[in-house]
Amino acid sequence: MTTAAVRAGARPSSMAQALNRALRDAMAEDPSVHVLGEDVGALGGVFRVTDGLVKEFGEDRCTDTPLAEAGILGTAVGMAMYGLRPVVEMQFDAFAYPSFEQLISHVARMRNRTRGAVSMPLTVRVPYGGGIGGVEHHSDSSEAYYMATPGLHVVTPATVADAYGLLRAAIASDDPVVFLEPKRLYWSKTEWDPEAPEAVPAIGRAAVRRRGTSATLITYGPSLPVCMEAAEAAVAEGWDLEVVDLRSLVPFDEETVCTSVRRTGRAVIVHESTGFGGPGGEIAARITERCFHHLEAPVLRVAGFDIPYPPPMLERHHLPGVDRVLDAVARLQWEAES
Amino acid sequence: MTVLEQPGSYRPTPPPAWRPRTDPAPLLPDAEPYRVLGTEAADGLDAGLLLRLYGHLVRGRRYNAQATALTRQGRLAVYPSSTGQEACEVAAALALQEQDWLFPSYRDTLAAVARGLDPVQALTLLRGDWHTGYDPHEHRIAPLCTPLATQLPHAVGLAHAARLKGDDVVALAMVGDGGTSEGDFHEALNFAAVWRAPVVFLVQNNGFAISVPLAKQTAAPSLAHKAVGYGMPGRLVDGNDAAAVHEVLTDAVRRAREGGGPTLVEAVTYRMDAHTNADDATRYRSDAEVETWRGHDPVALLEQELTARKLLDEAGMAAEREAAERMAADLRERMNQDPVLDPMDLFTHVYAEQTAQLREQAGLLRAELDAAAEAAPDSPEGTQR
Ligand SMILES: Cc1ncc(C[n+]2csc(CCOP(=O)(O)OP(=O)(O)O)c2C)c(N)n1
Repeated sequence: MTTAAVRAGARPSSMAQALNRALRDAMAEDPSVHVLGEDVGALGGVFRVTDGLVKEFGEDRCTDTPLAEAGILGTAVGMAMYGLRPVVEMQFDAFAYPSFEQLISHVARMRNRTRGAVSMPLTVRVPYGGGIGGVEHHSDSSEAYYMATPGLHVVTPATVADAYGLLRAAIASDDPVVFLEPKRLYWSKTEWDPEAPEAVPAIGRAAVRRRGTSATLITYGPSLPVCMEAAEAAVAEGWDLEVVDLRSLVPFDEETVCTSVRRTGRAVIVHESTGFGGPGGEIAARITERCFHHLEAPVLRVAGFDIPYPPPMLERHHLPGVDRVLDAVARLQWEAES
Repeated sequence: MTVLEQPGSYRPTPPPAWRPRTDPAPLLPDAEPYRVLGTEAADGLDAGLLLRLYGHLVRGRRYNAQATALTRQGRLAVYPSSTGQEACEVAAALALQEQDWLFPSYRDTLAAVARGLDPVQALTLLRGDWHTGYDPHEHRIAPLCTPLATQLPHAVGLAHAARLKGDDVVALAMVGDGGTSEGDFHEALNFAAVWRAPVVFLVQNNGFAISVPLAKQTAAPSLAHKAVGYGMPGRLVDGNDAAAVHEVLTDAVRRAREGGGPTLVEAVTYRMDAHTNADDATRYRSDAEVETWRGHDPVALLEQELTARKLLDEAGMAAEREAAERMAADLRERMNQDPVLDPMDLFTHVYAEQTAQLREQAGLLRAELDAAAEAAPDSPEGTQR
């Protein structure tokens, strides 16, 4: 894939626009790419990520489906079996749950159960995470469910450039990709690495967003800006933090993470989803297995509480913020001295 | 002979006595929505009932306007208005008896209020201070349900359980036209029919699921037709005709109460406002269409009937409008007060007995709040205990 297409138009200035551009470019380049979901047509999706696609490519390529998530993903399975590349939109994290039967029992294991004869080149886009004041069922961090299902790739961009590049990579992938879109970053324009070339990031490659020596913050998606801010604030305390943005939860870039942790000797994993049974536990276990002799402190996790996602007026108490990250970093230092 | 031994056949050959079920008699819904207002049938209507419906409609309309205004002031995170659909909301509430249960969706705040719920409690979910602002058992109103159609099987289960216990309880479950496409809708109808559960399903067909018009949702002649395949009657009613909706729902509730099993009611109506305040309705529908429906307004339809029958005059209307204003003023005033929240509530109701892990996490938050209170003793955070 070249990046000519993205250069042809105006530079996307927000993540939602970058995703829109990625869909448009992929559909223009490959007629087998089809977008389907609830309200993806005239409305352009509730987050406007599919804005204009129906005008440009027609209703057969960008389809408003009946309101049925299992039906949407189930028909996408059949479309993929017949050579199309469906890109499915789930309207919100918690509304994807009716489709889990299709995802887990079929999408994820089709290649395996058919000994490689049938692949599932489909992408499931899921806006996820909190911090936008959404009411119940609009703020779940569901990544752990997806990560626990072999056969799925699970990726999540945190920058505008990655939103474009990762979505292009997901659509091009011959395996199913759960593409988690941090909805509170849809309108963010922040580029943490504005110098980086707009190359397509490979699925499975983490990015070091900030170089540092005292400890490594390992994070992804909506928590990246929190960690970047924490790293800046930590300078005042004399801590020089490295920040690793995983981008891809499955496959997991052990190499980048372990290289960093071996250098810094300390690690904190930061994410919104619950700590117990959450992604951080897996990552911490891996770091401990691979880097034990380099560690100067236990691997710590800063996560959302182990509670159902709270109502909007209380969500700020639940979401891990800069202070909670800095407290964890402080604990790392203390553990090291004791 | 077993099934597998029959080449090319799926199921055993029916024995000679086998017949497709023909009971209960004709299930097919009428071709046209049932109407009462403006027809001769209206003459027989009970004046007291009509006036009661009217009062609820007027207050309901005002409630929708007030709640919508509260979203603009940032007092509600979101409000899915039911303006234009008040007749369905009100009839749903009034068709039930005290002991019956209502299973509303997120758009049905008004049905809950018409059933007697405190208007502020009904808005808790949408204000964002808690997910459900009332005790469902106290009011026999299930939590306002956001994931579409998922409350329908609950209604079936509750009604079934009540019957197993020998209680006289009917469950009324509300869903939108879009929600009828979900698997849960089909499963709920099937269970209800097979169990002959005392349930009534009310579909408010307001033409759109956010932006998707009914024609892209279903190829059925009507949503009421869906009942037939499950073996229950389907009724099609004009959802803006409060008297018609009330009559059809009351019939269906009575039928369920008498052991006749479930009914699917489709009320044809229209959502006058956008899906929520976050939606841009101009992207998917024309002003002309909205105007057409404005000419078929549920409040005006009932008002015409009542004035024609001299049951209502200017003074009567003014009195209802005043009552609605008082309700709105009270709502406004109470909603303009910041709710007093205790962040520690985050951990209170996750399990019946708090786990050690949650106690530890609660400790962390407690320490954070104490530190914040010490740093800024006058901030509201410090007083929220
Ligand atoms: C399972 C599920 N999928 C998607 C959504 C997002 N969503 C909220 S309302 C809505 C449209 C519902 O339309 P309809 O059932 O016709 O009810 P109406 O809003 O018109 O009252 C959608 C898609 C949801 N709440 N639940």
